[in-house]
Amino acid sequence: MDMLVYIVNDPNIRWIILGCMLLGLSSGVIGSFMVLQQKSLIGDALAHAALPGICIAFMLLGVKSTAGFLIGALIAGMLATVGIRWITEHSRIKQDAAMGIVLSFFFGIGVLLLTRIQHSGNGGQSGLDKFLFGQAASMMREDLYLLTGISIVLIAVCILLFKQFKLVSFDRGFAKGLGWPVVWLEQIILLLTVFVVVAGIQAVGVVLMSALLITPAVAARYWTDRLHIMIILAGIFGAVSGAAGTVSSSMVSQLPTGPVTVLAATLIFAISALFAPRRGWLARLWQHRRNRLEWNNKGGVSHEQ
Amino acid sequence: MSSDFWIMLTAALMSASCGLLGCFLILRKMALIGDAISHAVLPGIAIAFLLSGGRDSMAMMIGATALGLIAVFLIQWLQSSGIQSDASIGIIFTALFAVGVILVSLNARNIDLDLDCVLFGEIAYVQWDTWMMNGMDMGPRSVWMLGFALLVILTLLGLFYKQFKITAFDPAMAAACGIPVMLFHYLLMGMVSMTSVASFESVGAILVVGMLVIPAATAYLLTDRLGRMLIYSVIVGVVSSIVGYYTAYILNASIGGSIVTIAGIFFIITFLLSPRHGILFRKLQQKRMASSMTSN
Repeated sequence: MDMLVYIVNDPNIRWIILGCMLLGLSSGVIGSFMVLQQKSLIGDALAHAALPGICIAFMLLGVKSTAGFLIGALIAGMLATVGIRWITEHSRIKQDAAMGIVLSFFFGIGVLLLTRIQHSGNGGQSGLDKFLFGQAASMMREDLYLLTGISIVLIAVCILLFKQFKLVSFDRGFAKGLGWPVVWLEQIILLLTVFVVVAGIQAVGVVLMSALLITPAVAARYWTDRLHIMIILAGIFGAVSGAAGTVSSSMVSQLPTGPVTVLAATLIFAISALFAPRRGWLARLWQHRRNRLEWNNKGGVSHEQ
Repeated sequence: MSSDFWIMLTAALMSASCGLLGCFLILRKMALIGDAISHAVLPGIAIAFLLSGGRDSMAMMIGATALGLIAVFLIQWLQSSGIQSDASIGIIFTALFAVGVILVSLNARNIDLDLDCVLFGEIAYVQWDTWMMNGMDMGPRSVWMLGFALLVILTLLGLFYKQFKITAFDPAMAAACGIPVMLFHYLLMGMVSMTSVASFESVGAILVVGMLVIPAATAYLLTDRLGRMLIYSVIVGVVSSIVGYYTAYILNASIGGSIVTIAGIFFIITFLLSPRHGILFRKLQQKRMASSMTSN
């Protein structure tokens, strides 16, 4: 308990918690659109692909610079999405295999470069491996400004283009029929996802970043049928997981932030899947029972006779 | 025996096992399930490690295979409750991997089990981690584990080749023929889990999926026959591991990373130049057809 008070009183950690909450919020929001477009695992490929981008940026600059990493990861993420599209369009390989190929190929290059940097003995490299599982405590004030900026832009774009994103996610064909620039809108959603993924790598790490996009969104889907409520809920779930991950990893040494954040999100998902009204497992079980009782009371024939 | 030999033998055994299984994963459009399993075995390894108090190969193999099957089962359960398949894959494997990472990091004092080893593998030290039986040095433990995995895969595929083949291409027809499709599904998944854990120590968790998918996809672009696809896939895998080993040696970098990178380069070359399904050939054929149409 003392520890908790100490953490809440420490202004540095307070900033970091705020940053992680913002990250969870924005990934929950954009993740909802990705999940509805059935592109859940694109985030996974993007996050894995960011590793070589970060390593190349470090090799070129020679120092750790968040802006440099962001640009490197952005370029690598874009290359990865183009690669996936290319493979599926120009050969008989299906989407899932294409994603597996691109993801592991990029990650392989990333690991190759990372170990090369580590063996080269450059003093500035320490902590580069924190990008694998995230270490929110290593976030600087400027990283937080960046994260805040990205979140504000993302939420503003989502509010402004809400109607467009909504239709593109639910009924792409209809949106196209209306003459909307569907491809452009999809690219905007993808670009926003890349931004979130890149910003989140420092806090959650490349391996588990996709969970922040998928899990809160799917959990939110259990509670509502309305898109704007789902998005708000996903944002809240993401923010809560981010805060939980940061607090517990700053209380226990040796604990990376990413996995704890992901577990918090999974817990929220499990609670939603079990207890959500109407869609949840318990509610459906209850409904099933009631239907059967009603059927029996009406004098219907039970199956179990 | 030199250490080069043992490292390359380990890598070759790993890529042969992955290459064989990868073909079936690609044909059944389950490449990402392979990805999920290779992540999900981590908590199994960590738990087996903590319970047995050491690197007991058998305990790890059992723990990890169990976790892999649990992951597959959970993914299917979520899918049947109405969640999209890739979203359910994403939820389950990240959750299990997170549990694994937490277990490993909380026990970081155990020198034998650290995150770097789990991620990148320690194939360079394969030679020194030997299996002792009755006080006799039987050679590297990884080679035994991978050899065992490969033997199981070869036996099962050899015995049930026809069943696996029909299930891979047309599960509905397989079911109609009276083949227990679900049994073969779980058998395949069990083999993938077993291979993942056996490969874990040599190439690391994340790169296993590369060896499952990339050589098989390369072979898929080279042939239309399953038998040949299996052979090509193994060849691509083994050649990448040998070339990758020397590349890593020259660059002074991770062996696992460079093996997957080399396999990826092979895939790119095939993607462009394959005689049947490559981009270049298809462009040429299109041009030839267009000119024959206009000359007529």
